[in-house]
Amino acid sequence: MTILAFILAGTLAAATPMLLAALGELIVERSGVLNLGIEGMMALGAAIGFVVTYQTQNPYLGFAAAALGGIALSMVFATLALALTANQVAAGLAIGVLGQGMSSLLGKPLESQTLNAPDKLGIPGLADLPVIGPLFDQDIVVYLTLALAVAIWAVLNHSKLGLIIRAVGENPSAARAVGFPVLRIRLAAIAFGGALAGMAGAYASTIYTPLWADGMIAGRGWIAVALVVFGTWQTGRIVFGALLFGALSLGGLIGQAAGVGLPSQFLASIPYIVTILMLAVISSNRRRMRLNTIASLGQPFSN
Amino acid sequence: MKLVFERREAASRSATLATPLIALGLTILTSLILFAALGKPAGQALYSLLLEPFDGWYNISELLLKMGPLMLIAQGLAIGFRANVFNIGAEGQLIIGAICASALPVYFPEGTSPLMLPAMIVMGAVGGAVWAGLAAGLRTRFNANEILVTLMLTLIATQVLNYLLLGPWKDPHGFNFPQSVMFPDVALLPILLPGTRVNISVLAALIVSGLAYVLMRHRFSGYQLLVGGLAPRAARYAGFSEDRAVLMSLLFGGLAAGFAGACEVAGPLGQLQRSVSTGYGYSAIIVAYLGGLNPLGIVISAFLMAALFIGGDNAMVSADLPVAAVFVFQGLLLVFYLGSLTFIRHRVTFSWQGPA
Repeated sequence: MTILAFILAGTLAAATPMLLAALGELIVERSGVLNLGIEGMMALGAAIGFVVTYQTQNPYLGFAAAALGGIALSMVFATLALALTANQVAAGLAIGVLGQGMSSLLGKPLESQTLNAPDKLGIPGLADLPVIGPLFDQDIVVYLTLALAVAIWAVLNHSKLGLIIRAVGENPSAARAVGFPVLRIRLAAIAFGGALAGMAGAYASTIYTPLWADGMIAGRGWIAVALVVFGTWQTGRIVFGALLFGALSLGGLIGQAAGVGLPSQFLASIPYIVTILMLAVISSNRRRMRLNTIASLGQPFSN
Repeated sequence: MKLVFERREAASRSATLATPLIALGLTILTSLILFAALGKPAGQALYSLLLEPFDGWYNISELLLKMGPLMLIAQGLAIGFRANVFNIGAEGQLIIGAICASALPVYFPEGTSPLMLPAMIVMGAVGGAVWAGLAAGLRTRFNANEILVTLMLTLIATQVLNYLLLGPWKDPHGFNFPQSVMFPDVALLPILLPGTRVNISVLAALIVSGLAYVLMRHRFSGYQLLVGGLAPRAARYAGFSEDRAVLMSLLFGGLAAGFAGACEVAGPLGQLQRSVSTGYGYSAIIVAYLGGLNPLGIVISAFLMAALFIGGDNAMVSADLPVAAVFVFQGLLLVFYLGSLTFIRHRVTFSWQGPA
């Protein structure tokens, strides 16, 4: 496979875990809640997904269990952030630590075990095209994630549900005054974010690199949080950002293949360095940030 | 049914002290259930985690050794947390501090100058402050979120450490282990308690805690930072700038973490190795909260967290628990602490006027 084909084929798959988690966090933040526990929910989902798939040999069960695990952890966050009006930054960090610890604990017995990666589903006709063919030869989760991105864009911008979520995030008091159950909508958003983060983790551990290694999420949950910020809470820009990071995370492999004389640690750092640079470049436009930032983000609300 | 929270004018002192204890109790209970569910000997695990750290002189001395860096870093972080500046990258600042401090003994392994140790400590503290300062600059100049930047800088710091230990700084006679040369005697901290690994850095941590207390009590910058965090607009009217709060919070945090990193390599490790990063930087976040972001509270919570670290090591051996169990325990501790805090700060009443 040529390097170009490798990049085309690999970018989408590498982007998928970050994109799935970021889409979930997008909904959470649009409803006015900041959940920084994505890394922990992904780690937990990765461990549960791996263990269940390993035991049952059924990847669908693995994904379902990972989603439930993500939801369960996100409900701990919701209890603190919504019911008990705790500081959302601290609450997110708390479930982050908890999730990563649980992940190591659950995955420990299966350290270094592997799974069979599922078959790719080529889109008939397109997958056989020269040069860009590999782009259309992906596993099913990649297609579903892209479809979900389109669905979330449509719901947020062109549906009553989207309008309600945005209203709750922008002005919860007004939303409450016209009769929307603010806390329940936020609860649902947090659960949705938890489910997607759990599945994002499962994708990383059972499909993208089907091997259990402790700490395998390696900051991807945090990059997902960053993606939402520098996607300025817009679905399309988040997809673009995720693809960019997908390509960057292949940088190490491509660099080695091309015989670049840089240390592998530097290549591994590229996504983190680019995250910082992107954050600085996009956030420095204070006017645009103010226009796009969710007005009530991170602020507790009580009825 | 619904819960109604009314903010109390001031939390009572006994309630403030009770919160971490309630959290600890709930954490123990939950862990018992969790370990039992995983088929681990729950009683043995809890004994190892909670009581064994206090059993015998050796365990207590190791506890003091771990308490130092946790206390030091948490004091630095609490300054920022009180001002709503969230430096969650103390782990990275600790690593960079350890690296900067190690530069001297790595390049002068035969050194005999008594100035080497003080120079290392200064380099470590400055290194940590510069690493945190990057995040401060990006926040004040480019409005970049310091939570994400400090975290990314930690991930980068880990890669820098790996690069140095696998490459240029690897001990040529170290059987290919990823570690630097052993430091000369002039690069090591004096031992405080003979026969143990406890060095004078624990005294430094206690002195810093005292300074932090004075700083917060008297109306120096601690007060400005507190106001800046609680009421940014009021603070601005009073002439305190938000940028200065961000800068000071991050610099103090980085300084403390870098200092702690230097003390690790010049103390118990005696060389630069991967295990310089054992999660002190992350655990210190929990230490800071559990201590109520109060300098005196942090001394107590650092003691507790150090016991947990020792206990985790013991549980690994005696109850077959992975090291990660400590992080489950820490996570639960913070979850329960934040939860019970609400009940301390608010008067809670139930009302039956139907759902909200």
